[in-house]
Amino acid sequence: MARMTMIEAIRSAMDVSMERDPNVVVFGEDVGFFGGVFRCTAGLQKKYGASRCFDAPISECGIVGAAIGMAAYGLRPCIEIQFADYMYPAYDQIVSEAARLRHRSAGDFTCPMVIRMPTGGGIFGGETHSQSPEALFTHVAGLMTVVPSNPYDAKGLLISAIESPDPIIFLEPKRLYNGPFDGHHDRPVTAWSKHELGETPEGHYTIPLGKAAIRREGQAVTVITYGSMVYAALAAAEETGVDAEVIDLRTLVPLDLEAIVASVSKTGRCLVLHEATLTSGFGAELAAVVQEHCFYHLEAPILRVAGWDTPYPHAQEWAYYPGPARVGAALRELTEVA
Amino acid sequence: MSEPLRFHVPEPLSRPGGKPDFSGVVIPEAGSVDRPPVEVDSTEIRDLAFSIIRVLDRDGQAVGPWAPDLSNEDLVRGLRHMMTLRAFDARMMMAQRQGKTSFYMQHTGEEAVACAFRVALSPGDMNFPTYRQAGLLIADGYPLVDMMCQIFSNERDPLKGRQLPIMYSSKAHGFFSISGNLTTQFVQAVGWAMGSAIKGDDKIAVGWVGDGATAESDFHAALVFASTYKAPVVLNVVNNQWAISTFQGIAAGGSGTFAARGLGFGIPALRVDGNDYLAVYSVAKWAIERARRNLGPTLVEYVTYRAGAHSTSDDPSAYRPKAESEGWPLGDPVARLKDHLIAIGAWSAERHAQAETEIMAEVVAAQKEAEQHGTLHAGGRPSVRDIFEDVYAEPPPHLRRQRQQIGI
Repeated sequence: MARMTMIEAIRSAMDVSMERDPNVVVFGEDVGFFGGVFRCTAGLQKKYGASRCFDAPISECGIVGAAIGMAAYGLRPCIEIQFADYMYPAYDQIVSEAARLRHRSAGDFTCPMVIRMPTGGGIFGGETHSQSPEALFTHVAGLMTVVPSNPYDAKGLLISAIESPDPIIFLEPKRLYNGPFDGHHDRPVTAWSKHELGETPEGHYTIPLGKAAIRREGQAVTVITYGSMVYAALAAAEETGVDAEVIDLRTLVPLDLEAIVASVSKTGRCLVLHEATLTSGFGAELAAVVQEHCFYHLEAPILRVAGWDTPYPHAQEWAYYPGPARVGAALRELTEVA
Repeated sequence: MSEPLRFHVPEPLSRPGGKPDFSGVVIPEAGSVDRPPVEVDSTEIRDLAFSIIRVLDRDGQAVGPWAPDLSNEDLVRGLRHMMTLRAFDARMMMAQRQGKTSFYMQHTGEEAVACAFRVALSPGDMNFPTYRQAGLLIADGYPLVDMMCQIFSNERDPLKGRQLPIMYSSKAHGFFSISGNLTTQFVQAVGWAMGSAIKGDDKIAVGWVGDGATAESDFHAALVFASTYKAPVVLNVVNNQWAISTFQGIAAGGSGTFAARGLGFGIPALRVDGNDYLAVYSVAKWAIERARRNLGPTLVEYVTYRAGAHSTSDDPSAYRPKAESEGWPLGDPVARLKDHLIAIGAWSAERHAQAETEIMAEVVAAQKEAEQHGTLHAGGRPSVRDIFEDVYAEPPPHLRRQRQQIGI
């Protein structure tokens, strides 16, 4: 089986989907001739023509609004917002329109579309190329929010998203595009070509939305995380020797509650981990869900490790990024509670 | 030293207590504006974005190059559509006052715009309407009972009680689900049209927006996308002079007209007398033909006047002269088409009175039927279960749990 980077896997998902379904169209800023600033759509315009893959004006509101109209017409747009940080002009279209169209029209009109956005930091992108706005989507009824953490998942989840009848937010942790970055910014990153989750079939396959994956089995603590923080959690578990079970949610909404409950009921301790800012982050929802469903199994307070409640800094990036040191400290703290 | 900077806030020419003043609205003679071929370049018809295309003259005659090829039967049907909308408005306003629904929005004075535009479209074309285009449904034969059931949010409401009254949706009638968030659908119309072009279809889309809502950034996005991709779309701006209490000058600034905003995008732009059924129909045909023949988008401004309140929650006497609507220089669309039909011998005062009675009876009968299925606070109601359906194609586990919590 071929090993792909996450970029190649995402491109392959669109390629496979465009090949199978003539209604799949791909567009966004720089995605046509050039193939996207991260190269995720490279070659698609050449292969499928400019009416299936094309450049859009610099108008996120227009890109999403036009895609909603296309989806209502009967196409399946898979659009790119160049950085998740640029999503805000499209927020009204996403929240008030895409998310609610099926409900408010009682199924008369639907909006099957995927909005891809590179998310997260670790690339010295400063405050406008590093944000993780997933909680702004998980709070919206009618959207599904997906965050893959590796090439194999990215492809299978993206194909599922494109084939879904609902609007899907597809957040791609850009720091993981080329390898499983674990937060140790002073060390070279393993390439996906040397990682088993880089193994990605060339053809069509899907990974169901709403199903988490256990990345590391353990008995002492459950770490509930997703996206870039999966590897920080794995690194912290190895480095501290804490026998952590690491859950990679893959889909935030719908949430795989069963996987969470099964794990926390077993370990009795829970760390919620994400790169996004702490307050009202998706971790707050996770912590609430854990205490609602696992309260009598808990042996320690639920801890959260997340981005600080500040704008994402530039020069101080590694003081902001919740890397293995902060995660490891939280794991120790959790296991020290008697 | 120069004088201090001055901050400018535009004001309408008249406020409550004052005399209606429409001296700012320049009305050209009916028949005086040229009708260019549809292949024309936008740069050659810049003046059409600043003039007003009119067909019906003061004597009720259809004059000039824009006089459309409509039979007397077509015109009588158009008159009946507008009269139906007006009767419908009257009954639903009353129903709201009686507590049978929470909210209503009437069309008084603007009936010609949507009623005439609708009959220029073909089956399968898609409108992306605002909340004041119910004429699109009525002129397409959508059942009045279904409209009323939606307004009453009753057990037969096609939208299952979820939407604010009058926010209809009917794909079968080319009427996209209305959003209360303004202008979002202007760019969606462009996207729908792009989809039709991508698939090599023959359907076109129509975007609708009011004068005030052109200020939203979505308007700009829609024009950029429409012009970039030469989308088969007609972009309609209904300038009814008032955005709730805000006069059109707050959105228009000092720039001239709403139509003129298309010119900067290379989009042919027309301005039309929105109270002239024949002129609206004729301009609609022109713009629709352009879209269907791969000639690209057209921006059309309908100059009209919102004679009634913005909604049942609004009182216009608080911000404009009470008699302002009587001073509106383009008159009343129903009266003008009626006078035209009488002038050409196709109608009479007696037939008009008779039609009024018939139409009101039809609307009242529809209301009786709708009310048998309930009103907002009485009788048949949509199911509580319907809250949880259609959020997604299939309810995910968390919605199933929440539905169980409510006991269904």
